[in-house]
Amino acid sequence: MSETRWNRKHLLGLQDLSADEIRFVLDTAHSFKEVSMRSVKKVPALRGRVVVNAFFEDSTRTRMSFSLAAQRLSADVIEFTEKGSSVSKGETLVDTARNIEAMGVDVMIVRHAAAGASELLSRSLKCSIINAGDGAHEHPTQGLLDLYTIRERFGKIEGLKVAIIGDIANSRVARSNIWGLTKMGAEVILVGPATLTPKAFASVGCRISHDLDAVIGEVDVMYMLRVQNERMKSAQFPTVREFTKLYGLTWDRFQRCKKGVFVMHPGPMNRGVEIQSDIADGESSGILKQVENGLAVRMAVLYLVSQSGKAVSADS
Amino acid sequence: MQATHDQRDFQRLLNTLLDKIVALVKPGEPLNLVGIRTRGETLAQRLVPLLHDRGITEIGFGALDITLYRDDLSEIGPRPLVRPTVLDFDIDRRPLILIDDVIFTGRTVRAALDALADFGRPSAVRLAVLVDRGGRELPIQPDAVALSLGELPLDQVVKVKVAERDSYDGVEIERRSSHESHE
Repeated sequence: MSETRWNRKHLLGLQDLSADEIRFVLDTAHSFKEVSMRSVKKVPALRGRVVVNAFFEDSTRTRMSFSLAAQRLSADVIEFTEKGSSVSKGETLVDTARNIEAMGVDVMIVRHAAAGASELLSRSLKCSIINAGDGAHEHPTQGLLDLYTIRERFGKIEGLKVAIIGDIANSRVARSNIWGLTKMGAEVILVGPATLTPKAFASVGCRISHDLDAVIGEVDVMYMLRVQNERMKSAQFPTVREFTKLYGLTWDRFQRCKKGVFVMHPGPMNRGVEIQSDIADGESSGILKQVENGLAVRMAVLYLVSQSGKAVSADS
Repeated sequence: MQATHDQRDFQRLLNTLLDKIVALVKPGEPLNLVGIRTRGETLAQRLVPLLHDRGITEIGFGALDITLYRDDLSEIGPRPLVRPTVLDFDIDRRPLILIDDVIFTGRTVRAALDALADFGRPSAVRLAVLVDRGGRELPIQPDAVALSLGELPLDQVVKVKVAERDSYDGVEIERRSSHESHE
């Protein structure tokens, strides 16, 4: 267990964190996992604190996960969704957030379509900000829960080979995982069509491959990304069927994977597109574990950012 | 720094505590022993085999991390690591003995009692501590104490050292430095 302490008021991305800080969050999450196994699944750590889920973009599972995590810590939770809010009347993001904060908010969890939205709010507001996804930039709690799940499965992260497969270009999940995995010493291989795998990632130590069949024999983790219809701006690959043929985890490909391979997916899945149903539901799949661990990780993050005024903000 | 008790004295203290705990236990009754992390847990681990030697063999053992139940969460600075609480025994309707190294304000014990309430309902909870240094802020008193130091001045810190964590056994009294908390 690490001897580091956590000093940050915000969690905006994994790019800012050190490996020690990441390890500290994962170790803390381990203790929170225990809370979810009791019959009284509550601890009073955040009693009397107010947590707002400010989701300016659609989400069900991330929002529910944060909501439940905050409730398990005995916090009061307020849900804010953009639909039916004053944002449609033209109110700016900062104004909307400041108005919510004025009611007495300790932690604001923000999901927004614009990259940097949570960082903007961390500079404009006084409360703690947790980034639940900003554009294609980062989704740090997803990255952390994926790291936790991998560490739980293999006992370590360093030295593992992880393939992230699919639409890397538009994926904040891929980016957070790239930061997290490389900092923790894993080898990351990005696999996808050339149109969706930005070469820039090679400069942070990732291997890039456009041939999934060439790498499946050597990787410990197959991390499948969803084919994101709503983010595709142009026809970056011919058809969905062609995508499955080249980059989908079909049953045939699965047979050629390394023995003991661990299959992960951030959800929601397109069954039959990027991943075959049987594999998603099978023994090699960590998908439900990811969701379970997401709760513990989010409890840990909420707990750690909710510090007194003595805490240091993320950018100092 | 004033070392009030060295390695040899420490063993005597532990035996004194053991005697007092044995006096609290009904013979033949199953017992749960819960150490408050971190040094309370170490002391409890040492006590289990000593209790076995005294014929008390049916002992459920657990470790309690009270960090999440503290009432001063908004005052302490950067947090230490939260460790898991492990209570793998039947808590209901059995007597439970809480073990800690030092009792001071009593807030740690209050937090421990709150934590236990979330797990179940022991038939009785008793408190056994190695050192009592006075300074209570709550009406909480130990049922078994090995060493009473009276009411120590608030600028002094009592530290219990255990070989498993600190490479030696001992009880020490130091002047408090500004950043220290009641841990």
